[in-house]
Amino acid sequence: MEERSSGADAGMENQSKILILDDEADWLEMCREMLVQLPSKPEVRTATSGAHAVAQLDAEQFRLLICDLKMPRIDGLQVLAIVRRRFPDLRTVVLTGLEDEEFRSRAYALGVDLFWLKTDMQQNMKMFLDCLESLLGRDMADGFRGIQNKSLMDIIQMECLSRNSTLLRLTRGPLIAKIWLQDGELIDAEVQGAHGETAFRKILYWKSGTFENLPAEPNHPRAIQKSVNALLLESAQSMDESEEQQTEIIEKTAHRKTVWRISLLTREGAEFVVALPPEGEPEAWGTQNVELHAKWARRSMELARQLGERLEAGPLSYIGGSCAERNVLVLNRDNKLFVVSWPPDKVDGQLLERTKKLVASWDS
Amino acid sequence: MGLLKKLFRRQAGVQELPSGSLTIDRNGNTITSTISSSYPAQLVREISKNVLKIFSEARDAQSPLAEINIHFASLRVTARELRGGAIIFLFPQVAMPHQMPNKSVVAPAAAANGQ
Repeated sequence: MEERSSGADAGMENQSKILILDDEADWLEMCREMLVQLPSKPEVRTATSGAHAVAQLDAEQFRLLICDLKMPRIDGLQVLAIVRRRFPDLRTVVLTGLEDEEFRSRAYALGVDLFWLKTDMQQNMKMFLDCLESLLGRDMADGFRGIQNKSLMDIIQMECLSRNSTLLRLTRGPLIAKIWLQDGELIDAEVQGAHGETAFRKILYWKSGTFENLPAEPNHPRAIQKSVNALLLESAQSMDESEEQQTEIIEKTAHRKTVWRISLLTREGAEFVVALPPEGEPEAWGTQNVELHAKWARRSMELARQLGERLEAGPLSYIGGSCAERNVLVLNRDNKLFVVSWPPDKVDGQLLERTKKLVASWDS
Repeated sequence: MGLLKKLFRRQAGVQELPSGSLTIDRNGNTITSTISSSYPAQLVREISKNVLKIFSEARDAQSPLAEINIHFASLRVTARELRGGAIIFLFPQVAMPHQMPNKSVVAPAAAANGQ
């Protein structure tokens, strides 16, 4: 049995070592060939049984375990339970063909970092590999992955009261912000090219996002002289004042959105779009027949979903329909159901891509 | 010893996806089918029933359709309306299309639509 190195050396040693556990040898080989091509060039080992995998984990340090669920003798969930207890620093990914929400919940409850269906992996190969690369590259030193139901102000106050030194990295969609804290003092902030107090005020307007604690940067120059409490108070007052202006802004935004959607519809050449939120009235552009389209789309998606469940065919992606007058696509995006109709001459083999593009920019 | 266990033992395994085509009448009865006979008839009936319902709901919405395509992660169902009935094609979606042995089998209508 190999002796484990410790501390930083151990961190370096297991930086890019992956163990894949699956009872199918062919699949293991295919995964191995795929994973060795990751940019970090990981060392990839395989195991065909839970016992073999645990033995390998005992013998060597790995950075990542990719585990199937359905296996003889010890199943994947059992392996994950063992791994969680004995190797808490090991990143874990479930890669399974079992499309069952129950297994997903159980796996996440065991603390896996990623649950990926084999069918999804094949469809979204690049995304899957990016996720793995991210898991391999993520800095393990210090840090936690987020606190639910806490506002940004709460998080900052918590860090300051604890007299922490850290770099808070905040992510909101494509935006990234950084807040430097040194011994509980706010020393700098950065977002979208802004620095110091200006950046900090901008960041406080963020209502949601994710954050992670990165190691402190003690040599980072101080750009904020005011106390964090003073800045939080000023920002809170400023937010209160701006609420009054919100109504006017909302009206303007709604108008702009309508203009944008109509121009989008015209530019893309679609006939009509009906957007159905989970609750409330449907929104429609280009058709008067809103209620009927909405009813058909909801009913069809429900019928198709039920059929998919019965056939164990995986999640429903979309429904397409065509007749002499039009082509219709019904698909879900961001909790909204969209019905998009295209004239028959728009059939060019890229109808789905065009619909996805249109729907993606709909709420921009 | 263990006779009942042998008789009623549940076999581990995953239900296969249907593959092939079938024609159905307006009542959902199967007229012809190339789907494996080992595939549960109950599920074939459910496919027929749901496909006809989607066509019928479209007619009710004053937007009758000649063809529908239902895309699942692992199965594509293409159905073409046929005098109240339908012809239905079932294509399991394979992991790597280039390894699919019968990749040339494509529903004519689906191919024409490029979907």
